[in-house]
Amino acid sequence: MGEYLLEVQDLKTYFKVKAGKVRAVDGVSFAIKPGEKLGVVGESGCGKSVTALSIMRLLPQPPAEMAGGSVLFDDQDLLDVPESTMRKIRGGKIGMIFQDPMTCLNPTMTVGKQIGEALRIHLKVSKDEAQKRAISLLEQVGIPAAAERINSYPHQFSGGMRQRVMIAIALACNPKLLIADEPTTALDVTVQAQILELINGVCSDFGTAVMIITHDLGVVAGMTDRVVVMYAGKVMETAPTDELFANPRHPYTLGLLSSVPRLDEVRHSQLRTIEGAPPDLLKPPPGCPFMPRCAFARAICRTMPPLEALPGNSAHFKACWVDVTDPQEQAYAEKRRQTRIEKVLAATNAQLASTQPVSEEK
Amino acid sequence: MAETLVASKTLVDVRDLKMHFPLTQGILFQRVIGYIRAVDGVTFSIERGQTMGLVGESGSGKTTIGRTIVRLYKPTAGQIMFGDEDLASMGGEELRRARQRVQMIFQDPFASLNPRYTIGSLIAEPMHIYKVASGAEIRDRTTELLSVVGLRPEYIDRYPHEFSGGQRQRIAVARALSINPEFVIADEPVSALDVSIRAQVLNLLQRLQQQFNLTYLFVSHDLSVVRHVADRIAVMYLGKIVELSDRDELYAAPKHPYTKALLSAIPIPDPQIEKHRKRIILSGDLPSPINIPSGCRFHTRCPMAQEICREVEPVYEAKEGREHYAACHFSEFVTPVD
Repeated sequence: MGEYLLEVQDLKTYFKVKAGKVRAVDGVSFAIKPGEKLGVVGESGCGKSVTALSIMRLLPQPPAEMAGGSVLFDDQDLLDVPESTMRKIRGGKIGMIFQDPMTCLNPTMTVGKQIGEALRIHLKVSKDEAQKRAISLLEQVGIPAAAERINSYPHQFSGGMRQRVMIAIALACNPKLLIADEPTTALDVTVQAQILELINGVCSDFGTAVMIITHDLGVVAGMTDRVVVMYAGKVMETAPTDELFANPRHPYTLGLLSSVPRLDEVRHSQLRTIEGAPPDLLKPPPGCPFMPRCAFARAICRTMPPLEALPGNSAHFKACWVDVTDPQEQAYAEKRRQTRIEKVLAATNAQLASTQPVSEEK
Repeated sequence: MAETLVASKTLVDVRDLKMHFPLTQGILFQRVIGYIRAVDGVTFSIERGQTMGLVGESGSGKTTIGRTIVRLYKPTAGQIMFGDEDLASMGGEELRRARQRVQMIFQDPFASLNPRYTIGSLIAEPMHIYKVASGAEIRDRTTELLSVVGLRPEYIDRYPHEFSGGQRQRIAVARALSINPEFVIADEPVSALDVSIRAQVLNLLQRLQQQFNLTYLFVSHDLSVVRHVADRIAVMYLGKIVELSDRDELYAAPKHPYTKALLSAIPIPDPQIEKHRKRIILSGDLPSPINIPSGCRFHTRCPMAQEICREVEPVYEAKEGREHYAACHFSEFVTPVD
C-alpha cells in the first residue's frame, strides 16, 4: 500500500432483474496513484459509470449487488466501511462530477449555497467563511463576477457554466480524488475544450488525482496519464496513455482507434468497423466477451484470458490470448474481415439485383 | 421525373432562408414580444449526388434548417428551390407530392420509431401514404430494404424495442429510402450511437448514396464525422452560415476564426499530437438568438475582434480559393490550425 491512492480489485457489481443477473461490472481491477490522471474508456453499457458509482457506493441495493472485490482508498475498503464514514468521504475526500449539469444542481438553491453546503458539512466552517470560499472557488473555475453570481440560481447559468459550478462543488473540500463521469458529453465542442482545460488545470494546481470516464478517445488522449479500456464489464487493456495509443495490443482497442474518423489523418473512403454489437450482459458469452466481434478470435478465446502485463513491459496490461503484432495473426484477421465483408456485400448485391426501383415499375 | 434527372447539376438551392419563431406573452391575448431568429438569412446549394455537411454548436440553427427544408416549419422568408419548384411557397397537395422526393433521418432512433408498429409496417408506411406500391409488392420491397440496410429480412415482424440503437437507425434509414427520395436530410444520424456502431452507420449511408445516387444534407456538431462524409461543408453560427467551402479546403485553410476555433477544439485521439497542439479556447457561450449581437454576431467570443466587428456586419462573400465563402472582416488573417 501507500503507492496507490485508490486500488480497485476484482470489483463485481451485478444487477438483479426479473430475467436474471446483469453482470454490469465483472471483475474490474485498476489503481490510481496520488495526483495521477486516469481515463476509463468504453461504450455505453460497458460498466464504466457503474464502476464509478460502485466506488462511491451510490448504487441502490437492491437492485444492485456488490458481488465481490474491494475498493481500497486510504487503507480502507470502501465496500466495507459504515455508511457514516462513506458520507465523510463522498464530497470530502472524493469529489464527483456527473454527465448532465442540468439535473445535478438543486434548482431551488443558489449556487453559492450549494458550494457552501459541501464546505459546511465537511470542513465545519462558518456561514460567512463558506460564502467567502464559495466566491473564491467560483473565481477559480472561471466564473466572472463571482461575488454577484453566488446568489444566482442554476437556471440562470448556461450548460458550461453549470458544469463549472459542479466542478467548484466537487473541489470545494480539496479532495484527493475527482471522479468525472462523462463531464463534457452534454456540452458543445467549444465549451468542452474550456471545461477539459479547467479540470486539467485546477486538478494539477490542487494535486488532485482524476478518474475521467468517457467514450471519447480524443478526450483521453489530451489529458490522462493512464487509460483503462473497458468492454462488457471487463477491463480489456490498460497502459500509460502514450503507450496505449502508440502500441495498442487488444483487438478491441485497435478497433476503437481505427473506427473513429480523425481530423488529423488522410480521409479514407471507408471507415473500418467493428461488426456486430456489444453482448447482452444478462447472458454474456462464455470466455472473452469481445470474441463474437473479434477478427482475431479462435478456439482458445472461449476461455477468458487473464489481464496480464506484456512481456518486457510491466505497465502495459491486456486481456487477450492473441499477439496482435504478429504478422501471421494480422493476416489471419484481415482474411476473416474480408470474407465477412464479402459475405455482406454478396447478400446485398443479390438482393439488389432483384430490386426494381418503384418509380420504374409505374 | 426522368427530365429532372438529367437537367441541372444543382438539386437544392436555398436562398436567403429565414425562420423566425415568435416569442409570445400572455395566455388569452397573446402578444408577440420578440423573435427567436433561429435561421437568419442562409444561402447555399447542393449538387446532385453530393453531400453537404452542416456544422455548428447547439442553438446555431442547423436542425431548424433541415426541418424547414422538409417544410415541417413554414419559413419566414426565402426560397427553397428543389429543381424548379419552390418548396417554401407550396402548400396542400402540391407540397405533399413534392415531399416525396425529400426524406429525413432523425437523431434519436429511440424516439423516431413508433413503438407500437412492427418495423415492417414502419418501413411500409411511407409507401402506403405515397401509394408507390401495394399489397404483396410492399412486403417484397420491405424485405429488400431490410437487407439493403444490413438487417435480416426475418426481422420484419419485430418491434423497435427488440433492436439496438444502431439497428434502429438502420430501420430509420430503410424507412426514409422506401419511397425512393432524391434528397435525404440526416439530422445528427450518428450522434446517439456508440463509437463502434457509428462507423457502421456512416459506411452504410455512404454505400447507399452511391447505390441510389442520393443527395445528402448531413447535419452534425461533430467536425470529424462531417469531414468523413461531406463533399462541401457549411459552418453555422447563431442562425447564419459563417463559412462554406470545399471539405479539404475548410480543414486546411479556414477563413473564419469560428471555424478555426471549432477545429482546434476537437480532441484528436493521439497523445503526442495533443501535447503539442495549441488550442484556441473560445470564452463564454453562444449568445441568445433573441438578442443577436450587433455587427458580426461572433464578435463577443472572437479572439480577433476589432472595433469594426462590433459595428459593421461582415458580408458573406467569396474569398480566395475555389468556391470558398466566409463572413469575416479579417478572413485573410485567419491562419490554418496547427
